[in-house]
Amino acid sequence: MIFGEQKPIEALIEKIAGHKKILIAGCATCVAECAAGGEEEVETLAPLLSMALRKKGIEISIETCVIEKQCEYEFLEEIAEKILHVDAVLSLACGIGVQALAERFKNTPVYPAVNTAALTIREQEGVWATRCVACGDCVLGETFGICPVSRCSKSLLNGPCGGTRSSGKCEISEELDCAWGLIIDRAESCGKTETLITVNKPKNWSTSSHGGPKRKERKDLKP
Amino acid sequence: MSLGNVSNLGRVLDSGSFAVTVEIGPPRGPDIEALKRKINLLKGVADAYNVTDNQTAVVRMSSIAASKIILDAGLEPVMQMTCRDRNRIALQSDLIGASALGIRNCLCLSGDHQSAGASGKLKGHAGSKNVFDIDSIQLVSVLKGLRDDAKQESGDAVTHPTPFLIGAAWTPLAPPVSFRTIRLAKKINAGADFIQTQAVYDITKFKEAVARARDMGLTDRAAILPGIIVPRSAMMLEYMHKNVPGVDVPEAIIKRMAAAPKENRVAIGIDIAVELIARVIEIPGIRGVHVQAIEAEEVLPEVIKRAGLLPRP
Repeated sequence: MIFGEQKPIEALIEKIAGHKKILIAGCATCVAECAAGGEEEVETLAPLLSMALRKKGIEISIETCVIEKQCEYEFLEEIAEKILHVDAVLSLACGIGVQALAERFKNTPVYPAVNTAALTIREQEGVWATRCVACGDCVLGETFGICPVSRCSKSLLNGPCGGTRSSGKCEISEELDCAWGLIIDRAESCGKTETLITVNKPKNWSTSSHGGPKRKERKDLKP
Repeated sequence: MSLGNVSNLGRVLDSGSFAVTVEIGPPRGPDIEALKRKINLLKGVADAYNVTDNQTAVVRMSSIAASKIILDAGLEPVMQMTCRDRNRIALQSDLIGASALGIRNCLCLSGDHQSAGASGKLKGHAGSKNVFDIDSIQLVSVLKGLRDDAKQESGDAVTHPTPFLIGAAWTPLAPPVSFRTIRLAKKINAGADFIQTQAVYDITKFKEAVARARDMGLTDRAAILPGIIVPRSAMMLEYMHKNVPGVDVPEAIIKRMAAAPKENRVAIGIDIAVELIARVIEIPGIRGVHVQAIEAEEVLPEVIKRAGLLPRP
């Protein structure tokens, strides 16, 4: 899922301070799952913002809403009426949701309240970790189901660098497993270590964001 | 291609002599004098001189420029090149440029992550974007393609081949140790001619690692030069043991440094380095040493002399 986390409240105040009436728009999908922008966070943020603004002597009327999927145009229609009565939206969705709002409602400023950070798995309660960077050319079939592109801090394709700590963690953080350590463990338990001796050729990054923004068409699904 | 025709280091290795390389770190500014001081200090003690490429992610004079300065002073550089800061276009362009300048040895590295920032001693550029378009093993194969086939990574031709002796690094004692021999094999299969290792202090463990490499026939296919870092203090050894991946320092060596009175520390450090060199020379399959003295290069001539490795062939 897409993982996001709220921006500091001071940064939000800076953006909305000049407005009179704003709408805080949450999203019930990924950001709700990671407790950054769902209903609970929207209803917590609204009074917090009001209080912080009042302390600064700023009065802003705040309304709230939660959209089922802020990243899909059809779900945005339910707030079309509400938006007419505010002069800015503070979106708690991921970057895609924020842009969907901006595209649909051309005259209303939309500000992000969340930093979209990664494509993650929830490893445990309160812990999310990267599993994918959408490189567009999946190598998991060669790496025993563990992704070195997203999980090795150098995206190495031929085994671990010399920076693996004695604990087996990555050179950049004691909190991160060495992705290649995990790949080798799994290769060993599958009895297939010998496959890792193949020298993998340079990756074609044109399928990833390095190849430019994606616009994918599926003719069979088009009206 | 015979190694001996490529570079002086290649010639020494080819002749069967025991090779010596040392390191010259480029300065943190366009300070040619600082480089010249190191050059004068180290002239004649090694067959080739490694020039680091923004190691620990700290901005320094480029390894190409420093290599050229060293070359002009009559020393042979081993230009280090990391994959952190350049994509395959820039890497190949720089390699062609370095070749045109007369640089003949290149050590291919992944590179420290940009968050390293001199292990926290400097701010560095932790907020920078890294590249890692290709990895160190792929860089080895790119060099091989440029040299042996006059071909770029994409297959496009270059007008002339780039004669480089191709180097790679080996950290035999970093986890997972079982895989480190395989990774070495990959580097050699990709085209590495020589291998410089992470600092060796634990000779027993290193010997076992080399034996594994020898069993796979790797020591016949590439020249392995273990890294020897001259110790300066017990604190430094403890720091490396705890914080530098793949460096295991036996307690006996730390204790020996700790017991040394302050005025004898340099001498004891030199003794230890000389003894380590003597022990790696004995290991079948070892064909040279890569000696470093971090920010204390002045001790290197004595270390190399006392190890019986002077004069250089």
